[in-house]
Amino acid sequence: MSILTVILLLPLLALAALAAWPSRQRVMFQAVTIGITFVELVLASLAAWQFDVSAAQSFQFVQKVPWIPSLGISFHVGVDGLSVGLVWMATLVSFAAACASWEIRERVKTFHLLLLLMNAGVLGAFASLDLFFFYIFHELALVPTFLMIGIWGRGGQRSYAAFKITLYLGLGSMVLLLGLLAVFFLAGQTTFDMVELAAQARQSPFPVARQQAVFPLLLLGFGILASLWPFHTWAPLAYGAAPTPTAMLHAGALKKFGLYGLLRVALPLVPDGARDWMSVLAWLALGNLLFCGLVAVRQKELDRLIGYSSVAHMGFIFLGIASGTALGITGAAVVMVAHGMLAALSFGLSGHLYQQTRTLELDRLGGLLRPMPFLGTALVMAMLAACGVPGFGNFPGELLVFFGSWPPRPAATAIAAAAALVVGAVYALRAVRKALHGPLPDAWQAADDLSNPWRRLPFVLLLAGLIGLGCFPGPLVDRIQPAAAAIARPLESAPAPAALIPLPAAALTRPPEEASR
Amino acid sequence: MNAILTMPEMAVTALALGLLVLDLWTPADRKGDLGIAAIGGLALILAGSFLFGAGAPQYAFGGMYVLDGMALFFKRLMLGVGVVALAAALEYSKRFAAGTAEYCALILLAVSGMMWAASANHWALLFVSVELMTVTFYVLVSFERTRMPSLEAGVKYLILGALASAFLVYGVALVFGGTGTLGFAGDSGPGLGTGSVLVRVGLALVLAGLGFKIGMVPCQFWAPDVYQGAPAPTAALLAAGSKAAGFALLLRVLLEAAPDWALEMRPVLMLIAGASILYGNLCAIPQRNLKRLLGYSSIAHAGYMLLGIVVLERAGAAAILFYLAGYACAVLAAFLVAALAFDPGEPEEIPALAGLHRRSPYLAAALALSMISLAGIPPLVGFFGKFLLLKGVVLAAFDSRSFGWLAGVALAGIVTSFYYYFGVVRAIYWSAPAAERPPIAVSRVAGAALGACLVGIVAAGVFPSPLLEAARLAAGALRIP
Repeated sequence: MSILTVILLLPLLALAALAAWPSRQRVMFQAVTIGITFVELVLASLAAWQFDVSAAQSFQFVQKVPWIPSLGISFHVGVDGLSVGLVWMATLVSFAAACASWEIRERVKTFHLLLLLMNAGVLGAFASLDLFFFYIFHELALVPTFLMIGIWGRGGQRSYAAFKITLYLGLGSMVLLLGLLAVFFLAGQTTFDMVELAAQARQSPFPVARQQAVFPLLLLGFGILASLWPFHTWAPLAYGAAPTPTAMLHAGALKKFGLYGLLRVALPLVPDGARDWMSVLAWLALGNLLFCGLVAVRQKELDRLIGYSSVAHMGFIFLGIASGTALGITGAAVVMVAHGMLAALSFGLSGHLYQQTRTLELDRLGGLLRPMPFLGTALVMAMLAACGVPGFGNFPGELLVFFGSWPPRPAATAIAAAAALVVGAVYALRAVRKALHGPLPDAWQAADDLSNPWRRLPFVLLLAGLIGLGCFPGPLVDRIQPAAAAIARPLESAPAPAALIPLPAAALTRPPEEASR
Repeated sequence: MNAILTMPEMAVTALALGLLVLDLWTPADRKGDLGIAAIGGLALILAGSFLFGAGAPQYAFGGMYVLDGMALFFKRLMLGVGVVALAAALEYSKRFAAGTAEYCALILLAVSGMMWAASANHWALLFVSVELMTVTFYVLVSFERTRMPSLEAGVKYLILGALASAFLVYGVALVFGGTGTLGFAGDSGPGLGTGSVLVRVGLALVLAGLGFKIGMVPCQFWAPDVYQGAPAPTAALLAAGSKAAGFALLLRVLLEAAPDWALEMRPVLMLIAGASILYGNLCAIPQRNLKRLLGYSSIAHAGYMLLGIVVLERAGAAAILFYLAGYACAVLAAFLVAALAFDPGEPEEIPALAGLHRRSPYLAAALALSMISLAGIPPLVGFFGKFLLLKGVVLAAFDSRSFGWLAGVALAGIVTSFYYYFGVVRAIYWSAPAAERPPIAVSRVAGAALGACLVGIVAAGVFPSPLLEAARLAAGALRIP
C-alpha cells in the first residue's frame, strides 16, 4: 500500500471510529484529530524526504485500484514534484487547523468529524491521479464547510456566508464537472486516469477547435474555486465568518485545488485551448492583485483584510500560470505552498485574537503587541511575508513568477511587480499598525498570549515552514521544476511566446533544461 | 402460456388480498403484526425475485407481458420501495383511527401495479397496470379522511389522474387505429413507424398520460399539492415507485415501441426536460413545507432523468435506472423522516425541523444525507446519477449546440437546487427552535428501513460499480432497433 493511500485512509478510518464514539468525551475527539493529522504530517514529510528528485517528473508512491472499470475510473494516487509539496503543505495546515480547534466548545464531536472529512478531501484532491476522484475529493469539503460556517461561525452574516460559499463553489464545481466530462470525451471516453490522459494529449493532441471550447469551462470552474477575480467575492466573506480551523484549512489548502487543477488538468490536457486564454488570465490576475489588494487596504476588520489579501495573493499564482513558462509555473507552485502556510498562519492568529477580544474591528484594536508579544510577533512576521519580504516563502515564489512572466508579458509583470507589491505593503503594514501598535485599550490589558506552549506549536511550525522555504527554497524548487517544465513544454512549443531568457533566477534555481537546448 | 413468469406480481397481489382477509380475524391491538407480516412477505418476494435470471427476454400472455433484464431491475426496485413504504406506513398508521391493514394492502396493490407496468409489452397491459396504480393511489392519497389537506389532495389527484388516464386511453386508441395492433415491438409486433398522423397524435397523448405519472412539465401541476397533502408513506410511494413505473413505461414506449417518433420529437423532449428542471427548481425555492418542497423537487428530478431519455441511447437508459434507484433511496428517507419528525396533524413546515439534531441525531443525519444526495453532492448516490446523466448530454453537446444549452440549463437547475436543499440542512442544524420539543423515539422497524435507505445512499455513491453494472445490464435488455 502506498504511503499516500495510508495518509488518505487515516482520516477516513478515524472518522468512522469517532462516529461511533459517545459524544460526551469531548477531549477524545480533539486528541484523536490532532494525533491523526500529526501522523499524516509525519508520513507526508517522510514521503517528501524519500521523493526521488531525479525523477520528479514522474509519479511516485503510486497506487492504482480499479473502481468503476466500465467507465475507466480507478482509485489512483501518486505525487510528482508539483504535488508532493502541496500534499506536505496540506498536512501541515491540517495539523495546525486541528490544533486550533480548541476554540470549539459546542457540538465538539460533529465538528471534528467534519474536520476529518474535510481533511481527507483536501489531501485526496492533491494526491489523486484520476479525474473522477480528484473531483470527488474536492467536493467532500463542500458540505463540511457549509455546516461549519453555519453552526460554529461568527458574526451575524454567517448564514449568508455559508450559503454564498456553498452556492458559489457549487457553481464552480458544476461548471468544472462539465469541463472534466468534456475532457473525458475528447480523449475517447476510455479513461479518467490523468496520467493516461496526459500521455494521450502529448502524443496526439486533441483537435484545436474542441480544446478551445473546453478550456473556458475549465478556466471558469477552477477559477471560481480559486477565487479568480471577478469570481472572488465568496472568499473574504466566508473566511471572515468561518471558525478558525475551517478558515485555515480552506484558505490555506483547499483553495489551492483550483490552481493545482489548472496546472494538473487544464494546461497539460488542453494546451492549445489554453494558449489563447493566457493573456486574459494574466489581466484577470492583475484584477486579483490590484483590485482585491486595494479593497484589502480599505477593510475595517482584520479577518476581512486577511481574506482579501489572500485573494490578492492568488494573483501572483495566476500570473505565474499565465506566463506559460517553466520558470513562471515553478514560481506559481512555490507561492501555492508558501501561501498555504501563510494563509493558515494569518487566519489562525486572527482567530486567536478574536477569541481574546471578541472583535476584529481595526479601529477598536490597538497596542496588542504589549500583552501578546508572541501573537503580535507572529502576526508581524505573517504580514511581512504577505508583502513579499525576502526571507519568507512567498518571496522566492513571487520572484520566480516575475522572472517567468516578464518575457511573454512585460507590461502586466511590470504593473504587478511595481503596484501590487506596494499595495500589499500598504495593507499589511496598516494591519500591523492598527492592531498591534498604538495605545492599548484597557479591556485587553490581560489578553492571553497563547500561554499554553502547545497552542503555540502550530504557529511555530507554520512560521518555521515559511522561513525555511524563504531561506532554502532549493529543495522545493528542485522538485517542482521538472514537473513545471513538462507542463510548460506544450505551451512553449507554439511560436507565440518568446524563448526563455536566462535571468538572475539562476541564483535561485537551475535554468530550465529547455533553455539550453 | 408462461404464466409462471408473473409469479412475483401474483404473489404481491395475493399478499394484499390475504392481508385483507386476515384483517377480518385480527383484533384491533394486533393490527400492527399484519403490517410486519406484509413487510416480511414483500421482502421474501424481493429475495425470490433473484431466482429469475436476467437472460433472454421471456414472454407471457401471447407477448403482452415481457420479463427481461429491465423488467427485473424495475421489479426489484419497486419491491424494495414497497418494503420501505410499508415500514413508513406501519409507523404512520398509528395516527389513523382504523385501517392499518387496508392501507398496507393498498400499498401492496400499488406495488403490484408498478410491477405489471415494468413488464408491459402491450398497450392494453400498459393501460391496465397504470390504472391499477392510479386507482389505488386515489385511495392512498386521501386515506386520512379526517384531515382536509389529505382529502383535497385526493380530489386533485382523482381529477387530474382521470384526465391523464383519458389522454392515455385515447392515445392508445389512436395508435391502435393507426397500426391495427396493440403489441409494442420485438417478437410480438412491428415497431411503430412515424407514418400516419393518427399514430403521431396518439403517441403524443400517451406521452401526456405518462408524463403525468413522472410529473414532467406540462403535466406536473398535481405534484406539489398531492405530495403535500398525501400521507407521508403515500407520497414516498408516489415519488419513488410511481415515478419509476412511469419511467419504465416511457423507456419502453419511446425507445422500444416508437423510436422513430422519439427521434422526431427529440427537440420537444429536450424542451420538456429543460422546462421541468427549471420549473421544479425555481418553484421549490420559496417553499416552507418539506413535502411540498419534495413535490417541486420531484418535478426537477423528472427533468434530470429525461436527460437520459433525450440522448436516445442505452447509456442514457442505464443512467436513468441508476438515478431512479438513488432517487428512491434519498426520497424514501426524506419522507420517512417527514413521517416521524412531525406530530400528527402538524403541517410539515421546514422551520419546525429546527432542533431536530437534538431531538433525534439519527433522523437529523438521515434527512441531511438525503437532501445532500438529492442535491447531487459527492460521494453520495445522487451525485453519481447526475454524473451519468450529464455525461450523455455533454457527449451529445459536441455534435449539437442545443445539447450544450440543455447542459447549461441542467447546471443552472442543479446549482439552484443547492439553495433549497441546504436550506433544509440549515433548519436541521442551526436554526433556533421556537420551543424546546421532546426527543423523538424511532421504532425499530422505521429505524431499520431508514438505515437501509442511508446505506443505499452512501454505499451506492462510494461504490457505484455493482448498481451501475446492474443498470447497464438492464438497459442492455432494451430492444432498441
